[in-house]
Amino acid sequence: MTQDQWTTVADVASAVCLLGGAFLAFAAGVGVLRFPDLLARMHAGTKPQVLGLALVLIGLALRLRSGGAVWALVLVAVFQMLTAPVAAHMVGRAGYRTGKVRSDLLVVDELTQDQERAQVRDHGRPDDDGPRD
Amino acid sequence: MTAVVVVCGVLLTVGAVLAVIRAEKGPSMLDRTIALDIVVTTMIAAVALYAAIERRTDVVPVLVVLSLVGFVGSVTIARFAAVEPEGEGRVRTREEIAAEAERMRAEDEAEGSRRTGRREGYDEHHGGGAEGEVRS
Repeated sequence: MTQDQWTTVADVASAVCLLGGAFLAFAAGVGVLRFPDLLARMHAGTKPQVLGLALVLIGLALRLRSGGAVWALVLVAVFQMLTAPVAAHMVGRAGYRTGKVRSDLLVVDELTQDQERAQVRDHGRPDDDGPRD
Repeated sequence: MTAVVVVCGVLLTVGAVLAVIRAEKGPSMLDRTIALDIVVTTMIAAVALYAAIERRTDVVPVLVVLSLVGFVGSVTIARFAAVEPEGEGRVRTREEIAAEAERMRAEDEAEGSRRTGRREGYDEHHGGGAEGEVRS
């Protein structure tokens, strides 16, 4: 294929990636508005943070096609993949400890079960009063 | 390319607006944090979309900075999240704010009249003199 055809292919692929990323951002907006509790909203919110951002950055890289800028985009993607789990962990832990997690919506709640087992093992009685930390 | 840009722009805008609505509704600080996280991510996508349309490489550092800022914000808020009393994470109505202001003013006045009884009133709004202060 000639140079022109390759350019067209790259532009079309870039457009598809940008559309996918924008759609995931839209889905996150819908999800965070409609889902019932903190964990479900976090689940919706992580879609554009990793896959959506990666798609948008791939789309941008296919459109820019110059070395230095593409490395900066790789840096953005790697940084986001490193920090998104940390931020989600912090938010989830703070939400669990401050009682924002609705346990009636959970299918499995291993953290609560484990904490109760540890409580029984250490103190010989289930902890049934007050919030645990 | 123009159609793609318009569709992407509309999707990003609607997504950001929905996230802002969730940030306004709350109900807790952490819900607002993740909603604003989504707004920041959408902003990164919008800047990337702009760079893709115009083929500009000079806005790429903006993407790096935005991804850093989003991380710092959400981690900071999650670090200081605490158990909120009922009704705390809610924007108060005008009437509630007026009622609270009225209550504080009444308390102030009660305090002021209590002070005036035992001391000449000119320094009551400056905290008065120190306890046990020797006066000539």
